[in-house]
Amino acid sequence: MAGVTSINLVEHALLVSIQDDITDTEILELQDRLSTKISENRIDGVILDISALEIVDTFVGRVIAQLAGISRLLAADTYVVGMRPTVAVTLVELGMYLPEIRTALSLTHALAQLRRV
Amino acid sequence: MPLPSYDAFDEKDLGAQVLLSQFKLNTSGDAVTVRQAVARYMKEHGASALTVTRFATAVSEIARNAIVHAGGGEFSIYVDPGRKQLSVVCWDKGPGIEDIELALSDGYTSGGGLGRGLGGAKRLAKKFEIRTAVGGGTSVLMSVNL
Repeated sequence: MAGVTSINLVEHALLVSIQDDITDTEILELQDRLSTKISENRIDGVILDISALEIVDTFVGRVIAQLAGISRLLAADTYVVGMRPTVAVTLVELGMYLPEIRTALSLTHALAQLRRV
Repeated sequence: MPLPSYDAFDEKDLGAQVLLSQFKLNTSGDAVTVRQAVARYMKEHGASALTVTRFATAVSEIARNAIVHAGGGEFSIYVDPGRKQLSVVCWDKGPGIEDIELALSDGYTSGGGLGRGLGGAKRLAKKFEIRTAVGGGTSVLMSVNL
């Protein structure tokens, strides 16, 4: 059974926790739900929590970039939090630097960055 | 019309390694299942976190390729009797790859991806071999030391 990806409102940010076994169908639903939520609320930022992800392959990397792209067009900044060190090393080896993504070491750090905006 | 045949990887390419488990690849969920199975086995046999992540990522790339580009395939995990090496074979009956060199190069994509998957998998696996025939399918063999 696939995990449910949650979207929670924290201050003026949406916290999205992506599950390790997310399916392609759920990713499409997530993009839909996220864009709706950004436009409905006064959202400054989107925080993608990927601490549950054991790996990030090029497909999931592309999904993260797309989520950031959607948020950017709707005037919200995206922060990725919780990336495992082994995932960071592997992403660089894959040649995926995700330049459109801001990373933060923790949720607290991401929220602090967003308060400054 | 019979499919063009090609010499897909099988037991004779695995030497003394024995089949551990076999999976069908049909949906994206199956790609998750196989990379989690590989990661679990590697962790249980003492592979480092980075080794597991690198190889599981490579597994995810080739399994997704079979599902997305070839409409599905089969995935097998082999291990040597001393539990020192793990190998995987991913096999499909898809369209095959016309220009392997091109497909392995960064930036080339046939299906709207980033064009880093196959070349990335090759870099991440200790051993990576590919056999393919246009119209026949593609078979990838990858190995990692435990």
